[in-house]
Amino acid sequence: MSAAAEATVLITHDVGLHARPSVKFTKLAKSFAAEVEIALAANGPWFDAKSIVKVMAAKAPKGTVLHIRASGDGADDAVRALIDLVQRDFDEDAGHVRSA
Amino acid sequence: MRIEGIPASAGYAEGPLFDLDRPPAVYAGKATSAEEKTALEVAIGKAVSRLSAMVESVDSDAAGILEFHIAMLEDDALSGPAFAAIASGQTADAAWRQALDAEIAGYEASDQDYFRARATDLRDIRDQVLRALTEDGGSTAPSGAILCGEDIAPTRFLETDWSHGGGIALKAGSTASHVAMLARSRGVPMVVGLREPLASLTGVVLLDAEHGSIVLAPSPAEIGSFRQSSSSFAARQGEARSFLARPAVTKTGTAVRVQVNIADPSDVDAIAIATCDGVGLMRTEFLFGKTLPDEETQFRAYRKVLEWAGDKPVTIRTVDAGGDKPVPCFTVEEGNPFLGLRGIRLSLARLDIFRQQIRALLRAAPHGNLRVMFPMIAVAEEYERAAALFAEEQAALAARGVAHKMPPLGIMVEVPSVAIAPEAFAGVAFFSVGSNDLTQYVMAAARDNAAVAHLNSVRHPAVLRLIGSVVAFGRENGIPVSLCGDAGGDPDAIPALLAAGLRDLSVAPAQLAMAKAAIADVSV
Repeated sequence: MSAAAEATVLITHDVGLHARPSVKFTKLAKSFAAEVEIALAANGPWFDAKSIVKVMAAKAPKGTVLHIRASGDGADDAVRALIDLVQRDFDEDAGHVRSA
Repeated sequence: MRIEGIPASAGYAEGPLFDLDRPPAVYAGKATSAEEKTALEVAIGKAVSRLSAMVESVDSDAAGILEFHIAMLEDDALSGPAFAAIASGQTADAAWRQALDAEIAGYEASDQDYFRARATDLRDIRDQVLRALTEDGGSTAPSGAILCGEDIAPTRFLETDWSHGGGIALKAGSTASHVAMLARSRGVPMVVGLREPLASLTGVVLLDAEHGSIVLAPSPAEIGSFRQSSSSFAARQGEARSFLARPAVTKTGTAVRVQVNIADPSDVDAIAIATCDGVGLMRTEFLFGKTLPDEETQFRAYRKVLEWAGDKPVTIRTVDAGGDKPVPCFTVEEGNPFLGLRGIRLSLARLDIFRQQIRALLRAAPHGNLRVMFPMIAVAEEYERAAALFAEEQAALAARGVAHKMPPLGIMVEVPSVAIAPEAFAGVAFFSVGSNDLTQYVMAAARDNAAVAHLNSVRHPAVLRLIGSVVAFGRENGIPVSLCGDAGGDPDAIPALLAAGLRDLSVAPAQLAMAKAAIADVSV
């Protein structure tokens, strides 16, 4: 069964979608069969959410509205899980003012 | 030949020099593209497995960096351009270097400090694979070696086996670098800021990271005296460790409070709270290092330290930027920065930034035993203006129903005007003597100028007399007086400070044991 989903989320993490959050973000994206992409604007450009090189290249700072879209098996679940991760501030410990 | 530098992590090491900056061995080209492709695949695999092995043995901050490196190396998008270049006839090393250099250039072009700083990680990643490609056995330092060079990458520090001694000597580098912090927590001797290039990088050298020097081609006499200093340091350290867990008391039974100075909130992770009486100075400049931190970032940093300390006091100093500590977008360029717009002067000139810090402090206060102090106070009006801002922000938080608490507000005693005429400050909650600045201002000898370093002594009678009179004024008026400069942890200065009447010192965490041992030797 094929499906498509799209949603947006505000990045509240201090320095944005940076090194450590990117590792978590791409690992989670890779756990879904669906093709997942991110963008900083509704009309793209879209970056492969399973590639940390591409996700870092998006250079999304704090305060960015991140667009996430997926297509294929489990597209809905993938988008929901990734939105949730960003909303949880990537589960970063509050003590980490110094970032990796 | 002796070359002077700055001690970044105390200790002694004697061993062969290892050149961190030696050019990597030359890559031997393969006969076919297919072989080049395999060579690069194998090298990336090796780099990943080395990093994975390292992740096991490091703390969570360091592991976060390494996991990022691993994720980048495992991403085909990073190596794709290199493999494409190999397919069109490039050698593996040139192809990898070009692909990564292009990626690095992209990060360096970013207008965000954070992403620009990641170029360092990309260079580290590039070099790890290049090392694996050339299979440069010589790139691994022999055990017990003194690693010398311009600077050192964190992964290089983490992959080095320090169990058989060794040390680090750098031309550049900083005592505040990530590696310097790691070196202090592991007890690896490290000297930074060597004033001359290391001409001959061969033979055994002597690294004295207690005083900050390296001796090349040492004479037998130099070796003899080095080993004496080294074993005396080891003996002092061993003896000092036994003092760490106990409260500090002088030979005659006078109790002395010993607190710690910290900069980065993560500093407290390596300190057992039971070994100290609290935080005598938390610098906040670190938070202001590269970009101005928002209120939330500051709040979390302050709360972390307050929660760690529990009931024990934590004295946080409002930002002391300027002087030798410039902050982009905040400090101003001046001809004479130590006498210019720094400390409280700068905060009162940039009220938007100061108010933000004040709100973060007020909100963090309910999470522990907070005290706040202002740096570089010269006249009472500065203290009064700062205290009024605290009151205004408190009222605003109360009106918004935000949890907060007003901490006791004190001042640093570092401008001679305060030390000479403390009576203008009878209303402050406490005094904290900043011995580094007080000394440099009394002696008119800049603390960052080696040419006048001999004048920069806290033990000069003029400086000690001023400290003594501040302590006496505090006693008469019920105002607690402590000291939080480097002198507090200097075993040579401690007897004079206690003689001047101080009973409350704040020292670098690494000096805690030594300071307590030195206190136990004083009769006051």
